Amino acid sequence: MANHSCSKESLTSVLQRKADRQAANVPKGPLVARREFVSSGSGTVGFTLAAAISPGLSAGILSQPQSEIPVPELSLPIVDTNVYLSSWPFRLLPEAEPARLVEKLRAYRVVQAWAGNFDALLHRDLAAVNTRLVRSCRATGGFLLPFPAINPKLPNWQEDLRQVVEEFAAPGIRLHPDYHGYSLDDADFIELLGQAAEHRLIVQLALMAEDERTVHPAVKVPSVDPKPLVDIIPGIRGLRCVLLNAQRVTPLPLLAKIVASGTVYVDISWQEGVGGVANLLSYVPAERVIFGSYFPRFYFLSAVLKLLESAISGEALANIIHKNALSLLEQR
Amino acid sequence: MDFEIWDAHVHLSGVPGATPEERLGRLLEFADRLGIRRVCVFMGLRWSYDPSPEEFRRQNDEVLRAIAAFPHRAFGFVYLNPKHTTASLEEIERCVVEGPMVGIKLWVAERCHSPLLDPIVARAVELQLPILQHTYLKATGNLPGESTPQDLAELARRHPRACFIAAHSGAQWEVGIRAFKPHRNIHAELCGFDPTNGVTEMAVRELGAERVIFGSDAGGRSFASQLAKVLDADISPHAKELILGGNLKRILAPSLARKGFG
Repeated sequence: MANHSCSKESLTSVLQRKADRQAANVPKGPLVARREFVSSGSGTVGFTLAAAISPGLSAGILSQPQSEIPVPELSLPIVDTNVYLSSWPFRLLPEAEPARLVEKLRAYRVVQAWAGNFDALLHRDLAAVNTRLVRSCRATGGFLLPFPAINPKLPNWQEDLRQVVEEFAAPGIRLHPDYHGYSLDDADFIELLGQAAEHRLIVQLALMAEDERTVHPAVKVPSVDPKPLVDIIPGIRGLRCVLLNAQRVTPLPLLAKIVASGTVYVDISWQEGVGGVANLLSYVPAERVIFGSYFPRFYFLSAVLKLLESAISGEALANIIHKNALSLLEQR
Repeated sequence: MDFEIWDAHVHLSGVPGATPEERLGRLLEFADRLGIRRVCVFMGLRWSYDPSPEEFRRQNDEVLRAIAAFPHRAFGFVYLNPKHTTASLEEIERCVVEGPMVGIKLWVAERCHSPLLDPIVARAVELQLPILQHTYLKATGNLPGESTPQDLAELARRHPRACFIAAHSGAQWEVGIRAFKPHRNIHAELCGFDPTNGVTEMAVRELGAERVIFGSDAGGRSFASQLAKVLDADISPHAKELILGGNLKRILAPSLARKGFG
């Protein structure tokens, strides 16, 4: 049985050790050859993101010979709260293999990643899906934290939840209302939120898996309306919720209302528009914004470059890329 | 070898600013943070699906103002509506032949396999101008005048000497890339859809890196998410150089030479 050490001291020190090890010994691959690390010195935050990446791009991409295109990266350890194992149902992703996924995440200084399983979108035997997820995560020695899926429209979903709590000791669950076909005012969904809160599980609510314009014609995935959350969340005591892939269906003013309605965080994977993360921060405080890449469905670097594009730095940067996620875990 | 990132697809949107030059200035601030040196700009402050000649002239005027303020950073593409053939041809003369613009932009007024495009394409061939054509394949249904990748393939077959840039690669890019593959005068442009892992690898595998072009669709999209499609792709550094700027430089070379750009 997995036992996730989430006490404040142990988690922080473990992550720091991981970050130190990675800085000293980074896997070398085609994409990371010639990468130059910019140390954050004492580990404090500040202008490290822009300072680390922007000069690299300017001096590197623009003037260096072709073999030396640098890949930007953060100089602080990252906790990525939105990754998936297995394969996207409609395309084989190179990183569907867990070892390859982990290798690439580590190369980008990710020290911990919260993982769901793409199989949960269409498979109905979620117990099997979740068991595979947990097994794969355990094999990474705690690098991947499992967020098993629950579908409240399946019979006896309570047994899946029991398994998550008692057998998997997972820190949370990941829900897919679009592929599982329920609205956010659905009574079973609300019941699930309540039970998850009672068990002190983090609830990751993935509002979309794919832009509705590009879905495979053989599937009809309804868009999820997030508005009911504004009224539902305040009524569930102890609920801690992370909205993933939210922005396409959640305008920023509505997102601000949802976040303000309880202990709600939002990831940056689907934040679009130029300077998008800065726009997000004009509606949602940095204490509630969390790093998520949606890798390997999305290119991992997208989320990192968004932080650079918006010139996020200092405490806001640290909050987004790891502190908020760690704080969420520590609240368990 | 000097290498610069050139963005083939930028709009004057998504940022505050009362004037075109203010907006382009803001966009370039964001571009600078990611090392993007040059941007191709088209369409004005307010858009419409089916612009009248007065409307597209106004929008082109706004782009002319914007690029005049940043002559070393921005190129303009002239925005046309094929339903207004004469006005569109006149606009090419005004903005390209007599003005500083270096390419043509076509959006969603008319599906691009229409014969209405033929005079515009013929003039583009004479002037060695690339045509950047919006292509999208929407599961939710295209706009009436919105072109699919297959539409562009048909147009490219009719005009083998023309040079096309397929904006968005159809968004359902597995389909778009297949449609473009037989037509070597179509370049797949990567902007305006989510940073879905694998698009650049497939485009390079099927078309060759010489036929793939970086664009962002900023400010509606972030420079960041679109640039990640290339920087994070599992392709060679040489392929990245071509996609991020080399190919666009090559395509624009005749226009740039005529206008005295170094």
